Amino acid sequence: MHADSRGVLTGAHFLSGNEACCEGALAAGCRFAAGYPITPSTDIVERMAERLPLMGGTFIQMEDEIASSIAILGAVWAGQKAMTVTSGPGFSLMMEHIGLAAMTETPCVFINVQRGGPSTGLPTLPGQADLMQARWGSHGDYEIIALVPNSPQECFEMTIEAFNLAEKYRTPVMVMSDECVGHMTEKVIIPPAEEIEVTPRRYTSLPPGQYQAFQPEADLVPPMIKAGDGYRIHVTGLTHDERGYPVINAECQDRLVRRLVDKIRRNAQDIIAFEEFNTDDSDIVIVSFGITSRVAFRAMELARAEKLRVGLLRLKTVWPFPEQRIRELAGEVRSFVVAEMNLGQMVYEVERCAGGRAKTLLAPHAGGTVHSPQQILDVIREAAR
Amino acid sequence: MSTIEIKIGGFGGQGVILAGEIVGRAAAIYDGKQAAFTRSFGPEARGGACNAQIIVSDEQIYYPYVTRPDILAVMSQAAYDRFAGELSPSGLLLIESDLVRVRSVAEGQRLYGVAATRLAEELGRKIVLNMVMLGFFAAVSGVVTADSMQKAIAESVPKGTEELNLKAFQKGYEEGLAQLTKSAI
Repeated sequence: MHADSRGVLTGAHFLSGNEACCEGALAAGCRFAAGYPITPSTDIVERMAERLPLMGGTFIQMEDEIASSIAILGAVWAGQKAMTVTSGPGFSLMMEHIGLAAMTETPCVFINVQRGGPSTGLPTLPGQADLMQARWGSHGDYEIIALVPNSPQECFEMTIEAFNLAEKYRTPVMVMSDECVGHMTEKVIIPPAEEIEVTPRRYTSLPPGQYQAFQPEADLVPPMIKAGDGYRIHVTGLTHDERGYPVINAECQDRLVRRLVDKIRRNAQDIIAFEEFNTDDSDIVIVSFGITSRVAFRAMELARAEKLRVGLLRLKTVWPFPEQRIRELAGEVRSFVVAEMNLGQMVYEVERCAGGRAKTLLAPHAGGTVHSPQQILDVIREAAR
Repeated sequence: MSTIEIKIGGFGGQGVILAGEIVGRAAAIYDGKQAAFTRSFGPEARGGACNAQIIVSDEQIYYPYVTRPDILAVMSQAAYDRFAGELSPSGLLLIESDLVRVRSVAEGQRLYGVAATRLAEELGRKIVLNMVMLGFFAAVSGVVTADSMQKAIAESVPKGTEELNLKAFQKGYEEGLAQLTKSAI
């Protein structure tokens, strides 16, 4: 299905990453957003508040992030595509409803423009330390999808992709931007509406009475209904059967939670995306994402100028994690250097997948600014020793 | 030109960030180049130090930060003091000549100054000093065409203020051309 042209600002623009996220959401068909302003994500909600009413949509500034994250779930069950936008402390407050969205299989998008933490940390300065929170922040077993843009163009494209994946797998999807990408401005090409693929919601073809709200199809994803269409259904955070009614026992828990996890795990190869530079002739591969991947690119160039055989694996999705590609590379390279703006998160995933076959080193940074290319280069030199 | 690094520095309220955005927009949208614009400012609405960084290139830009500006435009003494040392040995230094005192310019570097605030005041509003500076920048550096800059300005400033802003740009541009002619003689 093609995008609704009312939401598509076709043309070449000079946009910040945050502005581009907004345009991506509108192009994807988002017509409801709720948020509570928080730096460095505020310019997304400001633009949503300005643009949504122009196409018949609604923006509500809620009293806090807890309310914002539950409002979007309500909007989705009423038939809209919806998202909320936040940073650091707001993301922490949303964890409860990320779990509820996963459990109720509510397709929706959370954008986190990461800043330095913990707590209120560095409101105006960057961090990349919420990756594990995105994966494990809400209690219980579930799988999540998290995309990591490294440019305004990708903020546009990945926000569309986030909505599409959310609909395809009926799951919350995170766009894990950061302050640098959010506030950096570059050319953003927005194609004509008919060239933008959007995934429509999968509605049931069964009549009321036959439809069961959580009866999956072959790909483990159940079709939806929307409120007001005459279906009586029950949507709950409690462990539920295919009809949606609570069943509090181990058997139902196993059936439901296993399916929530499997619908993502079994389709991981369809979801995972990455980009590689020079990995075919490298002894050392840098693994990086978001703004740090652009610094890592410079570090790779500097290392190559020193005749070190260095490549770059740039993650576009951190969750699901590209296990298979890391495993393959671990058999071909000597070392991985994981460059991330935190003191060690994705490095553990790389190390796990490397399984001792390739040495894994961390190029850490506590946040507040990007690494210098030199800092990453130093770790590359250490790996080369 | 393959890649040009530009830094604009001043204090909050001088329109430093908007100036940077306009250079980027002119280069990326109207000159058909690649441009990455990043900014840095404090929590203050006015008065704090701020700077805009723009990389203009014919090729895709991966590392988006300015490390060794080819062009440094400073509108405050503090910005000059902080950034002058970063300027490339063959770099171009542009100053607000009433607000910045230059200690020294290295051999190979070029210096041009314009009293942007005073010229803006003569046009009726001090607030357009950044446009005077942009006109001066366009004339002296030649990195971005005047035509593209004018289009980017018209698109970027508040509705109803286009004429004044473009006039201020023109003023700075003419001043820049005049100084270039003089230095050529």
